[in-house]
Amino acid sequence: MSKWDISGLNEWKSDEFPLGAVIPESGNSRDYVTGGWRSQRPERNDATCTQCLICWIMCPDSAVNTEDEKVTTFNLRHCKGCGVCANQCPVDAITMVPEGCDLPEVK
Amino acid sequence: MPTQKTIAATGNTVVAEAMRQCAPDMMAAYPITPQTTIVEEFAGFVAKGRVHTEYITVESEHSAMSACVGASAAGARVMTATSSQGLALMWEELHIASGMRLPIVMANANRALSAPINIHCDHSDIMGARDTGWITLFAETAQEAYDNTIMAIRIAEHPDVLLPTMSCLDGFITTHSIDRVCIMDDESVAGFVGEYTPQNALLDIENPVTHGSFAGLGGPFFEFKKSQRMAIERSRAVINEVGAEFSELSGRPFGMVETWGMEDADVAVVVIGSTAGNVRHVARRMRESGIKAGVVKIRCFRPFPYAELAEALSGVKAVAVMDRAESFGAEGGPLFLEVRSALYDAAERVPVINYIYGLGGSDVRLELIETVLNDLSEIAVGAQAPTGLVYLGSR
Repeated sequence: MSKWDISGLNEWKSDEFPLGAVIPESGNSRDYVTGGWRSQRPERNDATCTQCLICWIMCPDSAVNTEDEKVTTFNLRHCKGCGVCANQCPVDAITMVPEGCDLPEVK
Repeated sequence: MPTQKTIAATGNTVVAEAMRQCAPDMMAAYPITPQTTIVEEFAGFVAKGRVHTEYITVESEHSAMSACVGASAAGARVMTATSSQGLALMWEELHIASGMRLPIVMANANRALSAPINIHCDHSDIMGARDTGWITLFAETAQEAYDNTIMAIRIAEHPDVLLPTMSCLDGFITTHSIDRVCIMDDESVAGFVGEYTPQNALLDIENPVTHGSFAGLGGPFFEFKKSQRMAIERSRAVINEVGAEFSELSGRPFGMVETWGMEDADVAVVVIGSTAGNVRHVARRMRESGIKAGVVKIRCFRPFPYAELAEALSGVKAVAVMDRAESFGAEGGPLFLEVRSALYDAAERVPVINYIYGLGGSDVRLELIETVLNDLSEIAVGAQAPTGLVYLGSR
């Protein structure tokens, strides 16, 4: 089955949705942008960060991106701004900063 | 053509028989008077191997409909039955079944709701569930209960519809009275209802889907409700098509609205369910004394046949609407509100009088129906119509 394209979801008409609110594809929550609730976002100081990966373990939304076992960026399409990462960081390398009205990476 | 045999049986017996012939994959049910013998007789069919249905006994009607929702989402053809307090206890799942577009078919034995406690017929149970998104058919007789149950499967499972469908019969009057019923042979019913091909079955592991998703926080909830409205509007054509096909097969007529004597009627009574027979009987007698009386029976309440009703009533001088349910504080009973709305666009407005009758099985004697037709015939020639609704036969 080809990938279900939900990019136009906010414009779909009543008869364009799947029957009975079914989601006809598994594992597609990564395509569904849920970061729009956020009122603040995490910023990481690379100089202070020890790459202990505690933020990656603790993030309830798996929104900490890594590469080669190192934290790189935050997935702001799904980060809700809960601040668990900043609170758990043993070296205070993560700061929560207020969001404006136009959230980055959120449509 | 099918082989039909005529038997003497109760409404509940022939509903159970129709369900056996429709061969559901699953039934979850809880007994409640006066529906109990439907699921009891069906359980007997399962025990004797006369139908291969996964029969689940549950601890309440809330669980019964929940299990039906789960099984239907899994891809099963699902049937069940309930009544009164049981239907009330199913209320939240009734909305879930229609919102998830699951073509569950349920028989409902119309019975009053407590308090005070009562086990007899009225329509307050189903009228309380009228806005839950279920297609709703009504039977006057055991025969119609049998026929509606079979048609309900085809209507519910039609790809243009996919909505749960309820088949209602009057508690005790139709469920427990022995009536003359024509039963079709099993093969003809199986051929008529066909095989069920579910959409989005949870057990289709090749095509995994999620049921029960969230559509709040600015999501498309509103759009899903509109799609339900579009589906029930499409069901009008499907109900008539299925009804016509079933009529062809069975030799018995079906209409969302069925009329008697309306060709030249001056006065008409609109009624649902078992009382229609009594009203026809009285109307026939009144015609002998010169009152041109007609009867309009509603066989499908949701979707409501507004256009058919308005057409049937065009030309009459006064209309009585008989409601076997209350809508406390409204201008009249649930059927009255629908009928008056159907007549709003009529070229000529005629008096429409609401009679509340038979609540909790209160007896509807022929003399009472005579008073309705006598009142109407006087109103038709200019007598003052009563203000407000009339409690027919109540002290």
